[in-house]
Amino acid sequence: MITTLSEKIIGRALLIVAVICTVLPILSMFSASLEPADTTPLGLSWPKDPQWGNYKEAFSGGHVLELMKSSIFIVLLVVPVTLLFATMAGYAIGKMKIRGHSALFFFFLLGLTIPFESIIVPLYYQVDRLHLLNTQLAIVFPLIALFMPFSIFWMRAHFLRIPSEISEAAKVDGASEFQEFRRIHMPLAIPSLSALAVIIFIWTWNQFILGVVLIDDPLKRTVAGALTFFQGQYWISIPLISASALIIIAPSLILFLIFQRKFISSLLQGAIKA
Amino acid sequence: MKRNNLLGALISMPAVLIYSLFVIYPLISAFRYSFTSWDGIGAKEFVGLANYIQIFQSPELVASIKNSLSLIVFFSVFPIFFGLLLANFIVRIRTQKIRSITQVILFFPQILPLAASGIAWSWMYAKNGLVNQFLTAVGLEKFAQSWLAGFSTALPAVGIIGAWVLTGFCAVLLATGISKIDSSLYEAARIDGANWWSEFRNVTIPGLRQEISVLITVTTIAALSSFDIIYVTTLGGPGSSTLVPGISIYRLAFTQSSVGLASAFGILLMVIVLIAIVPIQFYSRRSDQ
Repeated sequence: MITTLSEKIIGRALLIVAVICTVLPILSMFSASLEPADTTPLGLSWPKDPQWGNYKEAFSGGHVLELMKSSIFIVLLVVPVTLLFATMAGYAIGKMKIRGHSALFFFFLLGLTIPFESIIVPLYYQVDRLHLLNTQLAIVFPLIALFMPFSIFWMRAHFLRIPSEISEAAKVDGASEFQEFRRIHMPLAIPSLSALAVIIFIWTWNQFILGVVLIDDPLKRTVAGALTFFQGQYWISIPLISASALIIIAPSLILFLIFQRKFISSLLQGAIKA
Repeated sequence: MKRNNLLGALISMPAVLIYSLFVIYPLISAFRYSFTSWDGIGAKEFVGLANYIQIFQSPELVASIKNSLSLIVFFSVFPIFFGLLLANFIVRIRTQKIRSITQVILFFPQILPLAASGIAWSWMYAKNGLVNQFLTAVGLEKFAQSWLAGFSTALPAVGIIGAWVLTGFCAVLLATGISKIDSSLYEAARIDGANWWSEFRNVTIPGLRQEISVLITVTTIAALSSFDIIYVTTLGGPGSSTLVPGISIYRLAFTQSSVGLASAFGILLMVIVLIAIVPIQFYSRRSDQ
């Protein structure tokens, strides 16, 4: 690509401004989190006497350990089950092409455009009738269900890309449908499945509205839903709110920095496919 | 073949069941509730279309719809515009390492919970926050204020949070799109004496049609269902200046016990989303052929 000098300068300047604007809110929160808990800090300032104790206070006072356990419990249920169900249905629709597969696919596509807000009210009464209100299962079931359309879409697209010669070769060798799935399609599906796992993990971890409505006790929600708890607990102390918010985002931030490529490519593909 | 159909139906069953039970069934319930007057406990009374009519007669609920439409400017137009501009410069960074670091930083708001972004920005907009600190530093302290508390500033302030979350995402997605455009097209444009603007308009934009239509869809849905950010920053206030459908539905159902009206608003929100995205999808599919 050919670039002139003036373009280069304008481009660099713009990118630098964009990068600064992106990190400033987090930096500002970080600087506030190190000020004494009972003071009102200034937007961005170098703390003369950094109060690392705020993190300790936010960690124990905010019941972060309990929260992380709850979040991990929810993620460990939602992610594998979503992957499993979507793989099975995606295989039936995209590979086996069972009778009525396009109708079935269309049935799932309907769900892609339903905003969570549209069904949250009946969901509340339904979960209540099932006696699940205020338990983690109150959001586990709806989340798996709400992720189905996208995940099936994703897995179907994967199975459509696999050339049919491979299955035919397996059939010639006398493999049963199950053996073919287990020996050939599962290993081939690993890249698609791991990308989907990243997406579903982020969506679950960051889920907010379902937790707020269906679980009264913030400590049983996923971490994002629990942020309201910190707001309630520490509304008076900006340093402590900042510290707890930073603790909450730390796990996903660390995972993101380690697996940045996988994250970015998965989420981009996710957007394109949706 | 018959055996396969049976097996296929069997392995689709778990997905069909959970999706029917926790998405389709609530959707049908929402539809049914929307024609009733119900406080959530007592008996439901059939009222026909009264709830839908009431939505359009209530200034607060109409404001809620209007606000979410205004948010499209911040959630879609700004991010896609700036995203295009930034993407155009990202792909020109020659050092691979700097290019990927820039993309990682720009992308990162996307992985944060929106609620956390909301909290970070409430602090940015606070009286002592960074925005006012900056204004004071450049001598504009007379404009310093609590941005989320002002009737005229709250909605744009909330919108900027959305722009902050989505701009980097748009930029990285578009940069990936640009790198797939045939580079000989760019060389030909330069040889023809095109400056960066005409190159941008005649090569880059047409090459990104698919990405742009995807982004319009995704960001419009984000604007119309912007519950998380509003819930942690303003809860719809001051007055109803930042009220959006998600917050209205929440309040109607769970604090005002108007379950029927809340359900009707939920159905209406779904219809608005469909009206907004179906034409985009239709147009982009058609122009692909």
